[in-house]
Amino acid sequence: MRVMAWVKNRVLAVLVLTGLAAALGLPFLTHAPNRLVSGTGISLAQLVKDTAGHPTDIWLVLLPALLLVAAVFMRPARRTQTAVYVAATLFLTGLAALAAHHATQLADQSGAIARTALGAAFWLLAAFSWLAATDAMQRLALRPGWRLLTAAAVIVPLGLMLAAGAFKDLSLLKEYANRQDVFSAALGQHVQIVLASLLPALLMGVPLGLASNRSLSLRAPLFAVLNVIQTVPSIALFALLMAPLALLSASVPVLAQLGIKGIGLAPAVIALTLYALLPLVRSTAAGLSQVPAPVIEAAQGMGLTARQVFWRVQLPLALPVFLSGLRVATVQTIGMAVVAALIGAGGFGAIVFQGLLSGALDLVLLGVLPVVAMAVAVDALLKALALALESDT
Amino acid sequence: MIELQHVSKAFNGVPVIDDLSLNIARGEFTVILGSSGSGKSTLLKMVNRLLEHDSGRILFSGEEIRSFRPEAIRRRMGYAIQSVGLFPHWSVEKNIATVPTLLKWPAERIQARVTELMTLLQLAPELYRKRYPHQLSGGQQQRVGVARALAGKPEVLLMDEPFGALDPVTRAALQLEIARIHKVFGTTIVLVTHDIDEALSLATNIVLLDHGRIVQSGTPLQMLSSPANDFVTDFFGRSDIGIKLLGMQSVATRLRVGESAAGEPVLASLSLREALSMFLVRRVERLPVVDADGHALGAMNFSDLLDLRP
Repeated sequence: MRVMAWVKNRVLAVLVLTGLAAALGLPFLTHAPNRLVSGTGISLAQLVKDTAGHPTDIWLVLLPALLLVAAVFMRPARRTQTAVYVAATLFLTGLAALAAHHATQLADQSGAIARTALGAAFWLLAAFSWLAATDAMQRLALRPGWRLLTAAAVIVPLGLMLAAGAFKDLSLLKEYANRQDVFSAALGQHVQIVLASLLPALLMGVPLGLASNRSLSLRAPLFAVLNVIQTVPSIALFALLMAPLALLSASVPVLAQLGIKGIGLAPAVIALTLYALLPLVRSTAAGLSQVPAPVIEAAQGMGLTARQVFWRVQLPLALPVFLSGLRVATVQTIGMAVVAALIGAGGFGAIVFQGLLSGALDLVLLGVLPVVAMAVAVDALLKALALALESDT
Repeated sequence: MIELQHVSKAFNGVPVIDDLSLNIARGEFTVILGSSGSGKSTLLKMVNRLLEHDSGRILFSGEEIRSFRPEAIRRRMGYAIQSVGLFPHWSVEKNIATVPTLLKWPAERIQARVTELMTLLQLAPELYRKRYPHQLSGGQQQRVGVARALAGKPEVLLMDEPFGALDPVTRAALQLEIARIHKVFGTTIVLVTHDIDEALSLATNIVLLDHGRIVQSGTPLQMLSSPANDFVTDFFGRSDIGIKLLGMQSVATRLRVGESAAGEPVLASLSLREALSMFLVRRVERLPVVDADGHALGAMNFSDLLDLRP
């Protein structure tokens, strides 16, 4: 009970305790002689000395870690939160630097086909330091623009190290180096699937949302249909689209020439478009319906034409809600496009499934991480846009 | 200025305005009074064509309102509503400038007009110009609403229960403000309310509405002193109608010129209601009366209060 009284930041306390357990109990790196066998774990404690027995730069990790531990017991002033944010960022950077350095050393000793992968302890500690930084930022209650900048700043050092080639000896990057062209093609395909799905979804969803806001008799059946579509599992929807599309392309040769077939891009894009419709239609309708009726009445009473009421009053007031719907639709489409690889649409899903089938975890990560990064980036961007609009009003 | 001739309006077959004729003269402060469901808001909204009347004619400056585009006629009439309806995404300045912007006034003229109106409605321009509606108190929002309605120099100001949502103190302050604007600028104002005291203190002409028909119209004094029927008497409050009546008239109307009395003199502009209070508090039967400059005018007897000339 007395210890609890000393703890001033419980969130940080939990993160530090579980982080400590992870650091002690789980491997920080795993090393294997080649990419097919499972490797042996290397714990964080073993990294105090390098492979030749010399002391390493482990203080890069220990110093910020000690600061984080100390912050658990400090009064949560703004200064403390800033210190936690900086310490967490340094800790994350230190972890990555340590892992990269050790991987390079191991690679020098054991040759090109050996693989050094990031272990569970690294991923957990990285996640915890990200959480600690985010929590500190939240408590600092920064303005929207600053919040986004500081959130991005946490991973900027990692990005710089990546660009400088510091991680080249980690297995993930080795897989990337081996498949650079496949990766680039997958990136192109993934973006193509997402854009090709979102554009028609927007072109249909926004007018449908506008219409359902005007007529209540349209709204109920429209949302019923869209809800049903949303509940169909994606793989089932792909399968459902296969037969009719195959039939269509067989009977209409023009379509076949355009590349519309039972498998591939066409069913994937159609399915993802259908999925994206619900959030778009709903957010358009919700955005418009939350514009207060007196505001519209006043606008009409002032002598704004119907068009002016829409463009000057309804649209700007509905935009933040619409943008949150667009965010949901985009993030959802980016994620679901992975599954589309199952029906031959390509994209990062192809890499993920190849990795899953051959049991190569690093290959799976190579497919998953860019998808996560893409989703997080688009999410943050649209969130920032919505916040900027809101703080404008 | 505005003339309604045998106007009727029904919603889904239920008549709301029933063969109503009314003439609103230029410079009048007309208060349309009625309980909820009497059709008073509908009446107002038909004038600026937010609602279309079913039959009859509505004339604005002698011309049928349907001969104008609805937007055109609305820009010539100011419009203020109870829930204010300020545009939440626009600054105070931009809100007030709505109609001048629609009328394509030059920027300097709009700027000057906004400053003028903010000063008129006692909103410090340099302080509030750039603020957003949610940063203002309810009373300040309503001031902006009134300023916005006045901005385009409208020929008539339509107000739909503009002060209904305000606390009594703020409401009284804004009522005073609007009375001052009417007095100084001679603006034609049509105000809809269910608040009897608001109607009595602001109106030059009251139109009492019930079930879409005019029960009685006239000056506040006429409404109180010669009610047309029991409904009117009941509406204005049977028990204190006399007190209200005293509130409508000044000591000057009961002056015994040249006579004198002892004690602290009262102003001739004092309402009889306040004079009654003076008699009771001071326990006297006679009060000396002076003008605003303090010159003695005469006296007034307690019994003079009874002399209720219609």
